[in-house]
Amino acid sequence: MVLNKIEHLLEKYDNGETTLKEEQQLRAYFAQNDVAPHLESYRVMFQYFANTKQEQFTKDVPLQTKKYTLYKWISVAAVAVLMMTAYFQMNQKTTLADLNHDELMAYNETVRALNLVSSKLNQGATSLSVLDFASNQFEKGEEQFNQMSEFSKTANKIFKNK
Amino acid sequence: MTQTDFVKLVMPFKDKVFRLAKRLLVSNEEAEDATQEILMKLWTNKKQIEAYKNVEAFSMTMTKNFCLDRLKSKQAQNLKIVHSNYQDNNASLQKQLELNDSVDWVSKIIEQLPEQQKIILQLRDIEQYDFEEIAEMLDMNQTAIRVALSRARKTIREQLTNTHSYGIK
Repeated sequence: MVLNKIEHLLEKYDNGETTLKEEQQLRAYFAQNDVAPHLESYRVMFQYFANTKQEQFTKDVPLQTKKYTLYKWISVAAVAVLMMTAYFQMNQKTTLADLNHDELMAYNETVRALNLVSSKLNQGATSLSVLDFASNQFEKGEEQFNQMSEFSKTANKIFKNK
Repeated sequence: MTQTDFVKLVMPFKDKVFRLAKRLLVSNEEAEDATQEILMKLWTNKKQIEAYKNVEAFSMTMTKNFCLDRLKSKQAQNLKIVHSNYQDNNASLQKQLELNDSVDWVSKIIEQLPEQQKIILQLRDIEQYDFEEIAEMLDMNQTAIRVALSRARKTIREQLTNTHSYGIK
């Protein structure tokens, strides 16, 4: 490239008037080895710019956090739902209205059977009342007997005293 | 937006964010922390990001603001004191090293520039953004950017010429 043109571009460059394309030409010129000696200071500058552009950011960036809190809250909600359903299941009361036809039949059958059993039991209880009466009579007899023995005790005392 | 989408979106400019942060904060560790912070902020606001037309320009603006805030904060002031102490104690030794490596010397010169010129020089001469994009990132008009850039370029060359007598031959 003609040195004149480079010098012209450098003047524009110093005044901040070069376009990116023109600066690219300058970079290309200073990247090569044979640079005019009086332009050495520019070469140092452009070389520094080129070197600096190689620098890279190598550190890792931890990007999680949000996702994990979401999962945590989902599990909390799931546990809450489970406990609620368990609680309601335990507390549920079944009424006659909830039963279907077959269940109602079975229920009625059971009630009838139990009624039968209880009526038989009542019959047994009435026959027991006879025994109850008998024991009452026995008690009365025992009382009379006691009176008799009391009487004989006093009678013996009288006889002994004589 | 999934993690892979985000990485794909961020990949092309994460190095640019890092280099701008390093330009302003100087220290490598500080720049890494800043970049990490910026990327985390982008990730947590990924819903809003999708609405932006130019995520890259937005991120560069964020980086600039974040780094300038860092510089103003107390921690960074401590850092600065340590840094300048170091320079004072080893001035002569460092100068010798820098004479040997004039390319590194450029970064020392840029360090002395005002922050705005640093940012503009970084965005233009290293990252090669066009003036329109830089104007959007910095919320400045293009003429002001050209003026600042011209000043920065001239300062660097002047200093290089003074120190090494380049271009005098």
